Amino acid sequence: MPDLIEIGKSVVGQAKAGEEIEAYLVWERETSIRVYQASVESLTGAESSGIGIRVIRGNRVGVSYAGTLERAEIERALEEARDNSRFASEDPHSGMASPDGVEAPTLDLWRGDILTTPTARKIELAMELERAVKARDSRIRSLNSSNYGDVSVQGAVVNSAGIASYTQQTYCWLWAYALAGTDDETQTGYGMHASRDVAGLDLAFAANEAAEKATRMLGATKPASGLFTVILEPDIASSFLAIAASTLSAEAVQRGRSIFAGRLGEQVASPLVTLVDDPGDPRFFSAAPYDDEGLASRRNVLFQDGILKGFLYDSHTARKDGTSSTGSAIRGGIAGSTTPGPRATMALPGQSSPEQILAVAGDCYLIQSISGIHSGVNPISGDFSVGAEGIRVRGGELAEPVKEFTISSNLQKMLLDVRAVGNDLTFRPGGTAGLTLAIDNVNVSGT
Amino acid sequence: MTLLNETVVQKVLRRALARGGDFAEIFVEEKATFSASLEDSLVEELASGTSRGAGIRVRFGDTTGFAHTADLSEAGLNRAIEAASSLARGSTSRAAEVAVTPRVFVPLAHEKAIPGSVAKDRKIELLQRLDAAGRGQGAAIRQVNAGYSDSLRRFLVANSDGVFVEEEQVRTRLSISCIALGDTGMQTGYETAAMTMGFELFDDIDVDELAARAANRAIQKLSARPTPSGPMPVVLAGQGGGVLFHEACGHGLEADHILKASSVYAGRVGETVASPLVTLVDDGTVTNQWGTYSHDDEGNPSARNVLIENGVLSDYMWDSTQGSRERRASSGNGRRQSYAHLPMVRMTNTYLMPGRQSPDEIIADTERGIYVAKLGGGQVNTATGDFVFGMTEAYLIENGQITAPLRDANLIGNGPEVLANIDAVADDFTIIPGTCGKDGQSVPVGCGQPTVRITQVTVGGTAGA
Repeated sequence: MPDLIEIGKSVVGQAKAGEEIEAYLVWERETSIRVYQASVESLTGAESSGIGIRVIRGNRVGVSYAGTLERAEIERALEEARDNSRFASEDPHSGMASPDGVEAPTLDLWRGDILTTPTARKIELAMELERAVKARDSRIRSLNSSNYGDVSVQGAVVNSAGIASYTQQTYCWLWAYALAGTDDETQTGYGMHASRDVAGLDLAFAANEAAEKATRMLGATKPASGLFTVILEPDIASSFLAIAASTLSAEAVQRGRSIFAGRLGEQVASPLVTLVDDPGDPRFFSAAPYDDEGLASRRNVLFQDGILKGFLYDSHTARKDGTSSTGSAIRGGIAGSTTPGPRATMALPGQSSPEQILAVAGDCYLIQSISGIHSGVNPISGDFSVGAEGIRVRGGELAEPVKEFTISSNLQKMLLDVRAVGNDLTFRPGGTAGLTLAIDNVNVSGT
Repeated sequence: MTLLNETVVQKVLRRALARGGDFAEIFVEEKATFSASLEDSLVEELASGTSRGAGIRVRFGDTTGFAHTADLSEAGLNRAIEAASSLARGSTSRAAEVAVTPRVFVPLAHEKAIPGSVAKDRKIELLQRLDAAGRGQGAAIRQVNAGYSDSLRRFLVANSDGVFVEEEQVRTRLSISCIALGDTGMQTGYETAAMTMGFELFDDIDVDELAARAANRAIQKLSARPTPSGPMPVVLAGQGGGVLFHEACGHGLEADHILKASSVYAGRVGETVASPLVTLVDDGTVTNQWGTYSHDDEGNPSARNVLIENGVLSDYMWDSTQGSRERRASSGNGRRQSYAHLPMVRMTNTYLMPGRQSPDEIIADTERGIYVAKLGGGQVNTATGDFVFGMTEAYLIENGQITAPLRDANLIGNGPEVLANIDAVADDFTIIPGTCGKDGQSVPVGCGQPTVRITQVTVGGTAGA
C-alpha cells in the first residue's frame, strides 16, 4: 500500500507563491464474486489508486486527476490543473479548507480479515447464500445471481493550508437477487447484508430478505386510485429522507435551487421529524473521521422537531455565507468535484413500533419498494411521483399485495404530512439509515 | 501510437491460458476527459484528466476470471494475469495456439476537432453563449447552469480467438439547465446536445436555440397544473426521446437476462410481443449518435439489429460471453464502462421505426389524454416487465387539442402490455442522447422514436383523473 500522505505532501510542497494546492488521494482493493447455479460466473480482483488535484491561483480554481499514482502522471495532472485555473472566473470565495480545531472522532473502520480471508472462502459464502435462498421457500424458482463483494479503501487529503487527513475503511457484503413464481407470474427480490468484516456477515439475514421480498409480491394486483396515508418501510423512508437532506446542501440553497432557501427557523416538517447528519456515527457504513476536504466529521442538526435549523456546508459555500464548514464536503471520486451534501442522514427514532403505526393508520398502503426515484422527484419544484409496490392495509391489518402503481405528492407537503415516526431505526448497506414513516394525503394512482 | 505492442499482447494471452482455460482477452484503454461548467454566469472549475489501464479476462467453462491494473509494465500485467487466471484449472492449455494479427486500424472521422486540439476558451465561449441565451428568454429565468464535456477514448482489445482491434471514440456534450421562478414556485428546464464526434458538433447545433428551448420549458411549466392520476391515453412526442422503449423492452431483450430466464421476453422469439405497428431496432452504426461505435468493447463490429419486427420478436442482443453459451456470434453489444469493468450485453442506439400517420393527426384523434413532449429517465424490472419513466414536459390533451402544461410526474406500466397497446405511430423521428446504467456500469446510449400513442398507461399525478 502506498503512503498516501507522503505522496500528497510531495505534491502540495510544489505550491508556488500565490498558489494553493489540494491533493485528494485514494487507494483501494476490491473483490467481487458472482455465483450462478453453483458455479462461479465471475471473479474480479483488483487494486487501483488515483489522485485528484485542485489548484487555486488568484481566486481561480483548476482541477485535474490521474488514474494512477505514478510520479510522471501526477506531475502532468498538476500542470493540467494549473493550466485549467487560468480559464476559470475569479471567485472571491474560493479557497482550501483550513484546520478549524475540531477534533476528528476516533473510529475503528478497518478490519484486516477482508484482506486475509482466502478467496476460496469468499466464493464459498456466495455459493452458500445461493443454496440458502433456494432452501427458504419452494416458490423460489432461481437466482439471477448470488454475490460476495468487498472493498478496502484508504484515502488522504493534503493541502497547502495545513490539512493532512487520512481515512481507512473496509466493507464487505453478500447479496442475492431471487426470482419466485411460476410460468404465469414472476416476482423478484433483493436481499443483502453488509459488514465491516467477513466474520460479521449475516448470511441468513440476506437469504431471508431475498426470499421474502421475491415471494411477498406473488399474486399482487394493481390497486384503485385514491388519496391515502402511506407507510414507508425503513428502506424506502431512507431514500425519501436522503432526497430531503440533499436539498439542504448550501450549494443548492445558494444557487436558488432548494425549496428550503431563506427558510431557516421555519416549521418545514412535522414536529415529529428531527433530522441529523452524523458521519461520525460508526453505525453508518458511510462513516468516516474526516470529510473529503480533510475537516473533522461532526453532528449537524438539520430539522429539530420539524424546524429548519441549518444547511450543510463545505469551505467554499461557508465562505460565501460568512460561516464555517460543517464538515460536509463530498467528492465524487478523483475526477469528481467537491460539493457540500449529506454524508450520513437519519431521522431520530420516534415512540411507536411499526405494528402500532399500522394499527393507527387503519386503511392505507404499506410501501415496500419504489422505482424511478431519479426521474420522479424534482428537488427544485418538490414534485414527487414514484413507482411503488407494497401491501394494502385494511383496518390496521395487512391485506393483499399490490403493485404497478405510483405514489405522488410534493416533497415539502410530505414532510409536513408525516404523522408517525417509527422506533425501528435501521442502518442500510448504502450508508443510509431509515425507520418506518407514515405520511398522510398521498395520491395512489393505479386503476 | 499503439497502446500495447503485438508481441506483448501475444505474450499476455499465452500466459493467461497457461493454467488452462477456453478464452483469454486483454483490453487496454486510455481515456482523457475534459469538463467545464458555468453557474451564476461565472465559469467554475475546469477539470481534466487521464486514466489508462488494462483489464484481463480468462474464461473456462462458464466461469470468468477478471483483473485490472493501471500498471502496464510486465510486472503489473503479470500480477493481473495471475489474479484473472487464479481459478483456471483442469482443461488443456490452449496457450500454444494463440496467434493475433492486428486488424488495420481506421480511426473515426473526427480529425476536424479532437478535443485536445481545441482551445479551452472556445469551449468556455459556448457556456457563456448558453447563459446569455437562456437568461435572454425572460426575467423569470433566475438561474442557468451550463456544462460542456468531451472525451477521447482509445482502446485495444485482443483475444485468444485471434481478434486484435484498436478503436478511438470521441464524444462531445453540451447541456443547459434553467430555473424559472414564478408565483407557484420554481420550475426547471433542461436540454442537452451530445454526439459521438469532436468539436465539429457545434457546426450543426444551434446553441442559442438549445438554451431557448430549456429556458422556455422552465417558464412554460410555471403555469403547470397538477397532473392527473390514473390510467389514460398517452401520446409520446417524437422529439421527446425513446426512453419508454429502452426501458419497456430494450433491457428485457438483453441476452444475459434471457439466458437466466429473468426477462418477460425469454423463450418468445417468433411470437407476437407487441402491436403490429412496432418495429424496434438497436443500431450501433447510426452516424455519430451518442451510442454509436465501430467496434464494441470486445472487438466485434457494431451492427444494426432488428429486435422486434411488425410486433414479432426476432432476436435478442448478444455479447461474446452470452453468445458462446448459445454457440452463436455476438451482435456487437458487448460494452464496458472502462478497463476496470467486465463487459456485458448493453444497448447502443435503440429506437422504434417511424410509421405513416402525421403527429398532428394522432393528437387530433385523441379526445382526452396526456401529451408528453419530453421524457425523463426511467427504470425497469426485466423479470416482471414493470417499468416507470418520468415526464419533464407534458400537457393535457382535450378534444384533440394540446392544452394546459402539467407538473412533472412518473408514468408506470408493464412492458408487454404497453407494447400491445400502441395504436398509432407517426412519420416523425428523433434520437436523443442518454446514459444507461446497468449493474453499476454507465455507458452512453441513444433512444429514439416517432410520435406514438398508447391507449392506456397509468399516470402518477396528484389530480383526480
